[in-house]
Amino acid sequence: MKEVFKIKVTLVKNILEANTRIAEQNRKLFADRNVMAINIMSAPGAGKTTLIERTIKALKQNFEIAVIEGDIQSTYDAEKIAATGASVVQINTGGACHLDGNMISEVVDQFDLDLIDLLIIENVGNLVCPAEFDVGENFKVMLLSIPEGDDKPLKYPLIFNESSVLLINKIDLLPYVDCSVEKIRRESLKINPDLEIFEISCRKEEGLVGWYKWLEKKMEKR
Amino acid sequence: MHELALIESVMETVLEEMKRNNLSRVESITLRIGKMRQYVPDALTFGLECLSKDTPLEGAKLIIEEIPIKGHCSKCNREFIFKNMLDNTCPSCGEITSRITSGKELELVEFEGGV
Repeated sequence: MKEVFKIKVTLVKNILEANTRIAEQNRKLFADRNVMAINIMSAPGAGKTTLIERTIKALKQNFEIAVIEGDIQSTYDAEKIAATGASVVQINTGGACHLDGNMISEVVDQFDLDLIDLLIIENVGNLVCPAEFDVGENFKVMLLSIPEGDDKPLKYPLIFNESSVLLINKIDLLPYVDCSVEKIRRESLKINPDLEIFEISCRKEEGLVGWYKWLEKKMEKR
Repeated sequence: MHELALIESVMETVLEEMKRNNLSRVESITLRIGKMRQYVPDALTFGLECLSKDTPLEGAKLIIEEIPIKGHCSKCNREFIFKNMLDNTCPSCGEITSRITSGKELELVEFEGGV
């Protein structure tokens, strides 16, 4: 009878290494073409698409902006963005709850990157998975709307830790919901002291100037 | 849901390494995962069960080492465990630290199999 040996193969490697490699290629491509890429992440319904519409409207005089729309299905958001005049590509993940480096690299040649200054990537609405997957962006931007509640930093710390900017949206609804912006600020900064926080209302177009200025400053430095 | 994407990635690597090492079966796969990653061990195990059906990885046992979130206090040079991400006050001197030294791990450590 054949003797059975047990063989142990030791690897100790990052499980998402393949994704990180592709994301780094994307990042290098963006840098070579002088494109700044931001990855916008939030829960469903926090207002990502409206934020992008407002941002395009405010900055399109000075910058050429393109958008990658990530959704599980539908082209509803992409149509809204197309109406602003910005070039847009829709990715339907077909069930996947986040975008990854490979999805971005597969669509990026649909843009003429030499003509683009700012690439906005709208991730799938979800507070967990998008924070895990590097897509090759320069900055991760998180949007949290106050009806979601002020317990989110504690419940979803990774996304707060990974983001460079936190936009607290729908502040016009503060009189109607039990949510402490002060608590969100305090707890987010505990998780990530370098986080830039802006309180905004996309609907009322309030508080957005600080966000635009932040973007413009980063664009100048790119 | 991110559990499935992670398991897919693990399976890809293990299947490649099996070929390289001329192995035909795998008994166990060991992962090291930081608590901050918010992976649910049971969902990972279930994910492997579902995705490995009719592959050489079918029946492999998943061993998950969960790594606590730890921070380093720059004031008293001490490492301590956070109960959660907001519990980042140094227990010996009260300094708040956000320098995480562990808890974000996402590693495929090893697997054990046979020819």
